[in-house]
Amino acid sequence: MSRYQTHITDVLVIGAGLAGERVAIEAATHGLDVTILSLVPPRRSHSTAAQGGMQASLGNCAMGEGDNPDIHFADTVKGSDWGCDQDVARLFVETAPIAVREMAVWGVPWSRVVAGKRTLPDGRVIEEKKEKEGLITARDFGGTAKWRTCYTADGTGHTLQYTMDSIVIKMGITVHDRTEAISLIHDGERCFGTVARCLRTGELRAYIAKSTVICTGGYGRLYSASTNAVINEGSGMFLALDTGVVPLGNMEAVQFHPTGMVPVWILITEGARGDGGYLLDKNLHRFMPDYEPKKKELASRDVVSRRMTEHIRKGYGVESPYGPHLWLDIRHLGAKHINTNLREIANICRNFAGIDPVKDLIPVRPTQHYSMGGVRTNIDGAAYGLKGLFAAGEAACWDLHGFNRLGGNSLAETVTAGRIIGKKVAEYTLGASLTFNPELVEDAVKKQENRIKGLINGWHGKENVYELRNLMQQNLMDYVGIFRNGKDLQKAVSNLQELYHRSHKIGLRSSGVGANPELAQALRLPGMIRLALCISYGALVRTESRGSHFREDYPKRDDVNWLKRTLAYWPEGADLPELKYEPVKITELPPGDRGYGESSAGSEGGKNG
Amino acid sequence: MADRELTFEIFRYNPQKPEIKPYMQTYKLKETPGMTIFVALNQIREEQDPSLMFDFVCRAAICGSCAMIINGRPKLACKTLTNTLPSKIKLFPLPVFKLIGDLSVDTGTWFRHLSLKTEAWVHTSKTFDPKAQEERMDNETALRIYEAERCIECGCCIAGCATANIRDEFLGAAGINRVARFMIDPRDERTPAEYFEVVGCEEGAFGCMGLMACDDNCPMELPLQMQLAYVRRKMAAYGLGYKATQGVKLA
Repeated sequence: MSRYQTHITDVLVIGAGLAGERVAIEAATHGLDVTILSLVPPRRSHSTAAQGGMQASLGNCAMGEGDNPDIHFADTVKGSDWGCDQDVARLFVETAPIAVREMAVWGVPWSRVVAGKRTLPDGRVIEEKKEKEGLITARDFGGTAKWRTCYTADGTGHTLQYTMDSIVIKMGITVHDRTEAISLIHDGERCFGTVARCLRTGELRAYIAKSTVICTGGYGRLYSASTNAVINEGSGMFLALDTGVVPLGNMEAVQFHPTGMVPVWILITEGARGDGGYLLDKNLHRFMPDYEPKKKELASRDVVSRRMTEHIRKGYGVESPYGPHLWLDIRHLGAKHINTNLREIANICRNFAGIDPVKDLIPVRPTQHYSMGGVRTNIDGAAYGLKGLFAAGEAACWDLHGFNRLGGNSLAETVTAGRIIGKKVAEYTLGASLTFNPELVEDAVKKQENRIKGLINGWHGKENVYELRNLMQQNLMDYVGIFRNGKDLQKAVSNLQELYHRSHKIGLRSSGVGANPELAQALRLPGMIRLALCISYGALVRTESRGSHFREDYPKRDDVNWLKRTLAYWPEGADLPELKYEPVKITELPPGDRGYGESSAGSEGGKNG
Repeated sequence: MADRELTFEIFRYNPQKPEIKPYMQTYKLKETPGMTIFVALNQIREEQDPSLMFDFVCRAAICGSCAMIINGRPKLACKTLTNTLPSKIKLFPLPVFKLIGDLSVDTGTWFRHLSLKTEAWVHTSKTFDPKAQEERMDNETALRIYEAERCIECGCCIAGCATANIRDEFLGAAGINRVARFMIDPRDERTPAEYFEVVGCEEGAFGCMGLMACDDNCPMELPLQMQLAYVRRKMAAYGLGYKATQGVKLA
C-alpha cells in the first residue's frame, strides 16, 4: 500500500463550493496552476442548496431605495451581536455589490426590477420605478433594514454554483472530484498540502502545493437535526485543528434556522417569511407579534428560533411522533405566488412530506443550520499558525458573522470572500517557492496508511462508527442547542470526551476495500468529535449570551468580560481543546442594542439576577 | 400500508474486487412513516451492510446526486417515498454512466465532459468593469434562462434515453437543454453557425429518436421536449439557410 500518486500544484483548494471555486478562479486568473479537491462533483456542493439569495446593497428595488454599504454594515454588525471583526465587515459590504455584478457578467440570471405598482402580502402598495427597470432586484430577508437580498427566482445558490463552475470549466482548472483530504502536510510552521483519499478507488494521494485553501463548508452534520447536506461534516476544520497550531474561532456560535421541516429537516427558506408567511402554534394563533411586535416573523434568525423554542416550551407546540413543532402558514400568499416564487418550497413540501402548502400548514422546528465558527484567519484569509494555509467561506472564521449570521450573508460571503481572499492567496503564492521535505510527505502518507490498516484490521477495538456518530449528534442536539446552561453543557463535554476515547477504538465491520463508505466515516469521526468538543466546551466556558449562543443561566450579553473571540487549539494527545481569547476589532460601531426587541444588550456581568 | 415489511433487492458490484461478479442482494426493512429511499438506504448501510455504496448529498432534490433505477425507472432516490412503491423494491445504478460501485455512478465526469464539448459558458467579448452599473435585462428573459438553468444534471434523462444508451457521444436532453439555456441568453455572443457546430449533428439535436422518455423522467419537470423542439427549429432554420430577420441572435 506504500505506493501513492503525488500531485504538485501552485494552489490547492479543498472544497469546490462557491467559496472554493471563486478562490480558484481568482488564483488561476493570476496565472497560477490550481487544483481543486472535492468530495463530490462541484455542482453537487451544498452551496447549491441556498435558495434565498445574497445580500448586496445595490438599492435598485423600491424597498431597497437609499440602501448603501453603511446600512448593510450596520445590519451585519448588529446581527453578529458585535462579535464580528468590523474591518472585515466593512471590506465585505463594500465588495458585495461588485461580486454580484461580476456574477451577472459571468451568466447568473438574477431576477430583475419590473416597473409598476404591486401590493405586498401585508397590504402595503409599492411602486417599482421605470428608471430602475431591468436592474438587479432584491427581496426581503430577516434582520435587514432594506430589501437587499439579490436572488434568481427560487434557486440562487444553484445558479451561482452553475455559473461559477462554468467559469472553472472554461478556464480549464483541474478538479479532482470524489477526493477527500484526510490530513494536512505541515512542519508546525508551514503547510505543504494534503494527504487525500480517492473516493473512487480508496487509494491515497499526496498533493503538494505552495498554498492550501480550506473551503469545505460547515459542520451541520455534527447535529442530529440539521438542514445541511450530508457531506457537511466539518472536515476542513478538523484538518486544521489537528495540526495543533491552527485555532478554530468561535466554535460555540452555531446558528439554528427557524424553519427546518419536520421530520427530514430540509430547510424552508427565509423567503417564505420574507414574502409574508406566518408562524402559528397549536391553536393556530400567530404568536410572533406577541414577542416581537415590530419585526414579527422577520426578526433575526437566532431571535425567531429562540421565540419558537420558548413558545413550544410553554406548551403551545403541536405534538407529533417526531416531537413538538409549530406551523408555517403561507396559504394566504395564493397558489400562483407559491407555485412560482416559492416553487422550491412547494416542491419540498409535496415531495418530502406529502403536503400541499397552497392548502396545508407546514410543520417546522428550529434546526441546526450554519456554523459561524471555523478556521480562524486574518482579513486576508490567512490561517493563524501556519504559513501557506488559507480558509474561506463557511469553513472559515474570517470573522464576518460573529455570533449570528444574517440571512443572505452566507452566499454573499462565499463569492465576496472568495474574490478578496483569492487575490491574497495569489499574491502570497506568486511570492512563494516550492520547497518541501520528501520525508515529511512520506511520513504524512504513512501515518494515514497506518490509521487505515488499524481500522480495517480492528487493531484498536471493535467500536461501531455509526453508533458513536449517532451518540455524538444526539449529545449536541440535546445539550448544546438553542437554550444552553452550565449543567447540560458539562454533561455534553463529559459524554463527548468518553465518545472521543471510544472513537480511537473503531473497527470496521466491512472490508474497507475500494471506495468503502464505512472507512470514510471512520476516518472522519475522531475529528468530528474534536469539533463537537470545541463547540460544547467553548459554550460551557462562555458565561454570557451573545447572538445565537444563549445561556439560560447567563441571559445577558456581557461586554465587560466577553467582548472577545474564542480560539480553540487542540494540543497533541489532548482530549479537550485549549481555549484562548482575542479581542474583536471594533472600528466603527460601538456595542449597543441590536434593535430586535429582545433584551440581550449590554450589562455588567451576564449572570441572571 | 402500515407496518409493511419492505424487501429491497439491490445491485451489488465493487470494481475494486472484480473477482466477485455482479449480483443482487436482498435486505429486509420495516417501513416507517415518511420513509424515502434515502432513509431506507442509510438504515441498511448503518444497521445491516456498511459496505453498501450509494450517493446522497443534499437529500432534498437540489443537488442531483442520487439518481438510480427504482423499480425500472430512473428517479431521484431522495424524493421517492417508499409508500408510493410496492413492498418489493428493486434498485439498480443508472446505465450509461461509469459504475463506481453498487448504486454509485460517475455522473460528474460525464457532465463535465458535456460542458466542455458544448462550451457551456457565456461567450462574451466584454470584460467586467467593477465600477459600472450592471447591464439591464428584462425580467422575463432572466426567468426564461432560469427555467433552462434549473437542470440539476442528475442523469435521469440520459439513463432513460435509448439514443444515449447506444450512442456514446450523444448529448442527450440535458445537453440540448444546456445549449438552449445559452441560446436564450442575450449575453452569449455565439452565432447560429457556432451553435450549429455544437448541436447541428447526430450527436446533438438530430440524434434524438423522439421517444421522449427524458421528458417523462425529469425530476425537475423541465420542458425538455419544448427545448429540443426549440433547438431543432433554430438549427434546421440555420441549416436550410433561412436568414434571421434581425441580427444574429436566435432568441
